Amino acid sequence: MTRVIGLLLLAVAAVAAQEHSYTQSDIENGARLYQSSCAGCHGPNGDMVPGIELQRGQFRRATTDTEIVRIIQSGIPGTTMPPSSFTEAQAGTIVAYLRTAATASGRGGRGGRGAGVAGNVGSGQTIFEGKGACATCHRVGSIGPRLAPDLSDIGAIRTPGELQQKLVDPGAFVRQNNRFVEAVTKSGTKISGRLLNQDTFTIQLLDSNERLVSLSRADLQAFTFVKGSPMPSYRDKLAADEINDVVAYLVSLKGLRP
Amino acid sequence: MRTLRSFSFRVLVVAWLSVTAHAQQVTFDRILHADREPQNWLTYSGDLAGHRYSRLTQITPANAKNLELQWVFQTRGPAEATEKFEATPLVVDGVMYTVLAPNHVVALDAATGRMFWMYSPRLSPLARVCCGRINRGLAILGDTLFMGTIDGHLIAIDAKIGKPVWDVALSKPELGYSLTVAPLVIKDKVIVGPAGGEYGIRGFIAAFDAKTGREVWRFNTVPGPGEPGHETWPSGSNAWEHGGGSIWVTGSYDAELNLLYFGTGNPGPDWNADPRPGANLYTDSVVALNPDTGALKWHYQFTPNDEFDYDATQVPVLADIEWQGRPRKVMLWANRNGFWYVIDRASGEFLRGKPFVRVNWAEGIDEKGVPKRVLHATPEGTLVYPNNQGATNWYSPSYSPRVGFFYIPTWMDTYSTYTKGPVEYKEGNQYTGRFPTMTVPALRTGPGAVNTRTPQEGWGAIQAFDAKSGDLKWQFKMSDVTDSGILTTASDLVFAGGREGYFFALDARTGAQLWKGNVGGQVSAGPMSYAVNGRQYVAIAAGSALFVYALRQ
Repeated sequence: MTRVIGLLLLAVAAVAAQEHSYTQSDIENGARLYQSSCAGCHGPNGDMVPGIELQRGQFRRATTDTEIVRIIQSGIPGTTMPPSSFTEAQAGTIVAYLRTAATASGRGGRGGRGAGVAGNVGSGQTIFEGKGACATCHRVGSIGPRLAPDLSDIGAIRTPGELQQKLVDPGAFVRQNNRFVEAVTKSGTKISGRLLNQDTFTIQLLDSNERLVSLSRADLQAFTFVKGSPMPSYRDKLAADEINDVVAYLVSLKGLRP
Repeated sequence: MRTLRSFSFRVLVVAWLSVTAHAQQVTFDRILHADREPQNWLTYSGDLAGHRYSRLTQITPANAKNLELQWVFQTRGPAEATEKFEATPLVVDGVMYTVLAPNHVVALDAATGRMFWMYSPRLSPLARVCCGRINRGLAILGDTLFMGTIDGHLIAIDAKIGKPVWDVALSKPELGYSLTVAPLVIKDKVIVGPAGGEYGIRGFIAAFDAKTGREVWRFNTVPGPGEPGHETWPSGSNAWEHGGGSIWVTGSYDAELNLLYFGTGNPGPDWNADPRPGANLYTDSVVALNPDTGALKWHYQFTPNDEFDYDATQVPVLADIEWQGRPRKVMLWANRNGFWYVIDRASGEFLRGKPFVRVNWAEGIDEKGVPKRVLHATPEGTLVYPNNQGATNWYSPSYSPRVGFFYIPTWMDTYSTYTKGPVEYKEGNQYTGRFPTMTVPALRTGPGAVNTRTPQEGWGAIQAFDAKSGDLKWQFKMSDVTDSGILTTASDLVFAGGREGYFFALDARTGAQLWKGNVGGQVSAGPMSYAVNGRQYVAIAAGSALFVYALRQ
């Protein structure tokens, strides 16, 4: 019972603590800073430190935005959370990103609108499959090519903030599992694709013909990681509303065992 | 930036164009004619006839002594005691797919064992599995793999990226319905059935559309009111609702007859037949079904009104042999009940049944195929040969069409005492009666095999019988029993293992031991063979790892 009351208080606190309204650019900037400076310890989804779920509004020592900003700037003495050189405004954008993620994590199931997301799911799907040409590279369910990340359950594993950021600045953060590589064999054959696994002696990838390929490093003359992301930015290709719609559609994709 | 974009454009456009142009699809035609591509292993048994026979010949009786370990794939972390590694891998054009207990699917480079991807579905904590949180393997069609899960789901998985395509629940896991069988693909359908005969399930075989997961037909292995066979259950009782008839292992298929064959498990409750007087069809039987509709063509029941847990949990082995002077399509079947059978697979006619171990519960089988039963479970206890785990069990036998021998992994001279105890059905609880006593552990696993038994308390053997004459041709004796399947090859080799933790090669004609490797843990899986770049490999799961051998280079 204590636990239930505690959770309720936490939820109330999370809503009450959100003191500001954030702009879209705050959220995007915050997402970028989070992924570059915080994700290393807290994890891409903010849940890698036990007892803390940053993207679900579950903090150990802070409730208000101001308190979170102070912790980001000063760290927590006696713990592994270090101080940073972020300005108050920069730290504020990280809070903006985390708060958006926390709102989204309370989302409901498939609906006309993804909870906490401004866009329309149906319009988003239309753009995804049509004007945005997202389906040209991405797979949903059993439809679409496999080289780019499969998005069948993307709404269950990513926050709206992350998805939004990916659409406008895809190269800002590329996850380990989504890295592209190029290899050249000693006989001159070029092989490119998405890296699946590597070790000292071998490399496994899904090549550009969608084949599972295993290479011996001894047979290669070159092996390089492709910098950034092959995905184009939609910042200038889609209107803000359209991006919100696509995000809403992506948030609605929950996989088969949600 | 320009180079990056041009790279991405090229990669992604090529990928898009290649989906249909280059992808190596595993069509049903390829599965049907698996003998044309011996470098691959496309189904649980390697072919639809259930032979577990490889047409590769690089490894021979003369050079088998040069077999050498090539790679090992370890499962992650210590498995639970009951999480035996029972899967037979598939190999498709250099990529190996297998399942680590309970339901982790991996794609590996078949030449090096390095991993491409792993897929682990979230499993229901309500799953109930009597005899191990295990899985026996996958099926493939097109670019899609199919796996049954211990919580009773059938999942289609993209073979390139390890993502689920569809996921259907067959029944309620909390009532004991689970899937441990490697699915069977026939034409455009995926065919499975649930385990759970120890929880009072009502068994079935069901076919699902491979594209969508839609259930196309369902055959009840325990017929309900109005269905033929229901009269073999007591009238005025709901015993049939918990009548068992599990599906534990993969079936076989004869394309010419268009018949699908599956063995069915024990009736429920296992060791007290009081609630279910009657033959209890179609438990402990082989059923021949039309794979398009699920309609029953014929059935043969090995053990009517079973009290000793003698599931017909074996892969049906389809052989074309000369029988009394003319060629005949038969089925070879070594049963848990201690007899091995020859059955006409077109009609279901019983042709022969002979003991392959010490048997005392029946004095042979009459001309109609009915066992001449002499023993029953009693409140005082009845000593019965073979024991509760049976003379053989789920692990695959093999048939070499070249040699004409039928090879059976055997528990020799084992016995159990069956004491009839009270039994009552309660949802989600075991529904069995009193567990019989045994001198041999039923499911031992893990390292540190210990065996201090006398031979009179049970031992193990690989036995070879002439399919045509029924004569015993040779025995390879082991001090402990075996849960290993058997692989034969077109170069007249037999591969098998046992609980002692050895994996070995025998001469298929004489049984002479040619080579052995120490795998350091119980073998509870069937061996298979494949080739990559012209090199033949033999794979066997043991303990919690997969071991792959080839000739020293």
